Amino acid sequence: MGKATVIPFGPQHPVLPEPLHLDLVVEDERVIEVIPQIGFIHRGLEKLVEKRDIHQFIYVAERICGICSFGHSLGYAETVEDLMGVEVPKRAQYLRVIWHELSRIHSHLLWMGLGADAFGFEALFMHCWRLRERILDIFEATTGGRVILSAVNIGGVNRDIEDSELYAIVDKLEGIRGEYHEICNAFVNDYSVASRLVGVGYLSQEEAEALCMVGPFARASNVAYDCRMLGRGGYGDLENFQPILSDEGDCYARVKVRAAEVEQSIDIIKELVSKIPHDGIGEKSKLTPADGAMASNVLEQPRGECYYFARGNGTKNLDRMRMRTPTSQNLAGMVKALEGCELADVPNIILTIDPCISCCER
Amino acid sequence: MGSFKLGKMTLRSLFGKPETVLYPVQTRPMPEGLKGHVSNNIEECILCGICQKRCPTEAITVDKKAGTWSVDGFRCIQCGACVRECPKHSLTMEPTYTAPAATKTAFTMNKPQPSEEELAAKAAEREARIAAAKAAKAAREAAKEQDA
Repeated sequence: MGKATVIPFGPQHPVLPEPLHLDLVVEDERVIEVIPQIGFIHRGLEKLVEKRDIHQFIYVAERICGICSFGHSLGYAETVEDLMGVEVPKRAQYLRVIWHELSRIHSHLLWMGLGADAFGFEALFMHCWRLRERILDIFEATTGGRVILSAVNIGGVNRDIEDSELYAIVDKLEGIRGEYHEICNAFVNDYSVASRLVGVGYLSQEEAEALCMVGPFARASNVAYDCRMLGRGGYGDLENFQPILSDEGDCYARVKVRAAEVEQSIDIIKELVSKIPHDGIGEKSKLTPADGAMASNVLEQPRGECYYFARGNGTKNLDRMRMRTPTSQNLAGMVKALEGCELADVPNIILTIDPCISCCER
Repeated sequence: MGSFKLGKMTLRSLFGKPETVLYPVQTRPMPEGLKGHVSNNIEECILCGICQKRCPTEAITVDKKAGTWSVDGFRCIQCGACVRECPKHSLTMEPTYTAPAATKTAFTMNKPQPSEEELAAKAAEREARIAAAKAAKAAREAAKEQDA
């Protein structure tokens, strides 16, 4: 056994898209302890509810994160709707779910690209991002924005999608599915990918449950929890929704779970488009939250469960807005998975939890 | 399990058209509903200032006295809140992005002031309306007196 050394990792590191700092205590090539540190990009967005009214805060909520921007605006809008008892028409709920599932596809494709880049498969990275661009084009055509969509308002959605356009989107997604299978084939069946990921960063089901893991990270350790099962909004009308699980618990299982979730999202969109009702898209609510009213809500973001809490004070501004994002849940599991790994596997393990530090710090 | 699983796709992209465009020499076609920048049909605008109140970034300034409406393209986040709130529907989102610039300046529009002749015509119209109303009132009172 050699002497323990501390290697600083991040906040600027080639594999990290986000500023996360880790102190890795290593003995020879093996990591024995990991001390995470965040706080490089805290922006104080929760405090802004005092300055921006409930309708303006949607645009702030969207900017919490660039990848799950639609999810945050949706989660915030649903919470405030609960606070004021606003009914949202079914069509608007379906459209919200369709956009949310599209953003899940784009987030997972982005992550698969970054993952491929981390284990050094440059061509796979480029192909993942090429497919992701098709999803962004759908966003651009339906909402007018590529990343920041501004499509939700409190009480409904801002734009309707024509039925013909919805069917065109489904056709486009079916077209993407073929190419996506080829990419998945490289992820799941390629020897070089398996040699970097199989057995790396193992987390057992007990550990994942004890550390309260969420999202694909937990589901790869066989924790059957997905907020979509709760059936809020359009999710309630799905015929049969089962979370995708794997009992292997390593980095390879996390890749496989995410790869299967993209296909699941395409199926969800297809099903919802086939039974979308025509009862309007709702309009901006004119109510204000009552003094002392409280509401909370959970939403399955691409990275896992995100919790929202809001409290009104009788004015058009909220008294308090609180979010707990999936990454802050998953950091503990990441530290656990890193313990005992090889130094060269650290980037892969960090990326397989899909860290979003800007979400985490807000 | 095997290797070179991405070979077909890579070969295809070797001979296919590139996915990227040579910006700024080439540009992609903009979709119809793209939120590029806000524009105001100043003829329709009544300078009510609702857009200024609703804007989350305080990018819009309306001065009713001076008759000006201005938007700071560098503050604007293209959320479209002003467009949805406008009571006269004079605001629209145009599908082109704000051009890059060396200095951050706001774009100001002046509400066209009516000319002397237009003002005179409006005043004359008002006078005529008042005179007609007065005449009608006198006729009504005369009719009442006759009835009594």
